[in-house]
Amino acid sequence: MNTGSPLPLTAFPRGTCTSGRAVATTSVASAPALELSGVSFALGGRKLLDDIDLRCEYGSVTALIGPNGAGKSTLLALMAGDQPAKSGTLSLAGQPIESLSVRELASHRAVMPQDSVLRFAYLVEEVVGMGRQLHVSDPGLDGPVIAQAMRVAEIAHLASRDAMTLSGGEQARTTFARILTQQTSILLLDEPTAALDLRHQERLLQSAANLARRGCCVVVVLHDLNLAAAHADYLVLLADGRVILQGSPWEVLDAERLGVVYRQPVSVLAHPQRGCPIVVTRDAAAINSPEAGEATFPS
Amino acid sequence: MKSPSSMTTPSRLSSAQAPSTQGSAPQAQPSSSPPPAKRQVRPAAVPIALGLCAALLLTLSIAAMTGQVPLTLAQLLGVLVSPFDIAEGERLAHVVFWELRLPRALMALLVGAALAMAGAALQGLFGNPLADPGIVGVSSGASLGAVAVIVLQLDFLGLWTLPFGAFVAGTMTAALIYRLSGLVNQRGNANLLLIGIAINAIAGAVTGYLTYLASTEQLESLLFWSMGSLGSIDWRNVGIVAPIVVFAAWQLRRQARPLDLLALGERQARHAGVDVVRLRRTLIVLAALLTAGAVAFTGTIGFIGLVVPHLTRLLIGPGHRQLLPLSALAGGLILMLADIGARSLDPPSEIPIGILTATLGGPFFLWMIARGRSRGTTP
Repeated sequence: MNTGSPLPLTAFPRGTCTSGRAVATTSVASAPALELSGVSFALGGRKLLDDIDLRCEYGSVTALIGPNGAGKSTLLALMAGDQPAKSGTLSLAGQPIESLSVRELASHRAVMPQDSVLRFAYLVEEVVGMGRQLHVSDPGLDGPVIAQAMRVAEIAHLASRDAMTLSGGEQARTTFARILTQQTSILLLDEPTAALDLRHQERLLQSAANLARRGCCVVVVLHDLNLAAAHADYLVLLADGRVILQGSPWEVLDAERLGVVYRQPVSVLAHPQRGCPIVVTRDAAAINSPEAGEATFPS
Repeated sequence: MKSPSSMTTPSRLSSAQAPSTQGSAPQAQPSSSPPPAKRQVRPAAVPIALGLCAALLLTLSIAAMTGQVPLTLAQLLGVLVSPFDIAEGERLAHVVFWELRLPRALMALLVGAALAMAGAALQGLFGNPLADPGIVGVSSGASLGAVAVIVLQLDFLGLWTLPFGAFVAGTMTAALIYRLSGLVNQRGNANLLLIGIAINAIAGAVTGYLTYLASTEQLESLLFWSMGSLGSIDWRNVGIVAPIVVFAAWQLRRQARPLDLLALGERQARHAGVDVVRLRRTLIVLAALLTAGAVAFTGTIGFIGLVVPHLTRLLIGPGHRQLLPLSALAGGLILMLADIGARSLDPPSEIPIGILTATLGGPFFLWMIARGRSRGTTP
């Protein structure tokens, strides 16, 4: 395993995202990877997303943060083209998302879901290779691309394991490797680090950031604000289906605002080495809220 | 993450961060250095396919030689070498081989291959190794169609009426089951099986009602249907079934890669570029086509579609590019063997082949369920 190189993701056989293949035409190149304006979405009468305006550029990592039920995953699913928005417009790679076929969508964006399913006992390398579905015309590249993706996700040693016997973290890394082999210019990651240990959380997000450095657009849903602060260029804070705040980590991670949105008092410090903000929780007793802190039951 | 601990980490972090590449390398090294430990590389498909083909040829010759009029190897070679130049004493051998044994063996091959491929496709579609044309209700629907054609004496398409009736009813049943399992939203094992049971019961009831209406003469054909037999196969039947099966098999083979991706679940298959809605429709139609083609002339032959893909998967892995053709070969082989058994176990008469396959398949099915339980996963 090639862990000696400082940058874990280097030299895909061909540029993963900078190659002209994924970004369809020159006219598209100037358009943002994802552009949402006035996007709303409702399910069963409940409004899950309300008037979202958002731009995600190529070459950037955007993290969607917010408390449970804020609409982060729903927003990501809309960006993936899983469901049409109820109102507003959403364009992906410069084209209205509803005009793209399943195949075209898959050539522009890869999606890492929260949980992965596998129904039959495929080997890990076979699962990783499934990302090559769209590249059947170029089978000569499959081997190197798959091998490289497995190195990046540190699952090369699992290559011939039955993928149904993997641990949660190994599964997540396998899924990450699989979506890398799709070689798209837009990556949508839904809580990719939830099952990972510290090292692999860092590695995965660093790989994502490296892809962004090379021209990809990465959108990632994260619960861990510190990971978001360390690896994302832009943060989008969502609550109750609305964008509360978006901007750089220092702009968005405001202690007072987070305390209100998460209903949990926090302090924001500077990372001693990276200089990015870090968010730590504080005891609730500090603020005067009846719901916060230890529950006191009326007797 | 408590604030005190993260307050104390800076010094450790900054020192740990820089050499992290070195520090991590030995960590990753031991896990990658002994890779042969869990190496379980798939066996190559081509030798297995060649072996199956050889076994098929061998079985075909055995099938040609065994029966009420046994043929010797010399006779077999004789009729093969000179199919038109009939020697005086070999007239019977000729008729037996060319008119009875060969079409029958070829039909067994076609039907076995068709059922096995339909089973593999349905298992892939439902993501469930317990799915098969019988359990999903396609074959009971198809035989309902065939029974209706027999009892209602329909013949608007001549010789094609029977396979047409079986095909239409089989496809409709498949579509119905898919819609029903989709309505409940989770195509879980239990759900699918319950719907299959209900559909089988309904189809069985209608078939029963038609049986009640049937004349004595029709009853005989119906009995043949319920148990399956290759007894009255001639070249015309083979001529009808062969194009259907070959066409459907060829179409199905083109869906092999998308079928693999379905193992990730429909949403992720879609993310990777599979038009799941279209694939689903294609697979249902092809599976129904294969099943209907298979049962049209031979009646219900159970468990081939369940057991064969499963065994093949154990042998070669779940990848559909290998699974589909190898299942076809294995299915043809097994049904040909079963037909030899059906003809020679109780010499003067024939055991219906459906009984034979069910006798073997039933226990196997139970074993599979038990195995899935003990492993905590679906097999």
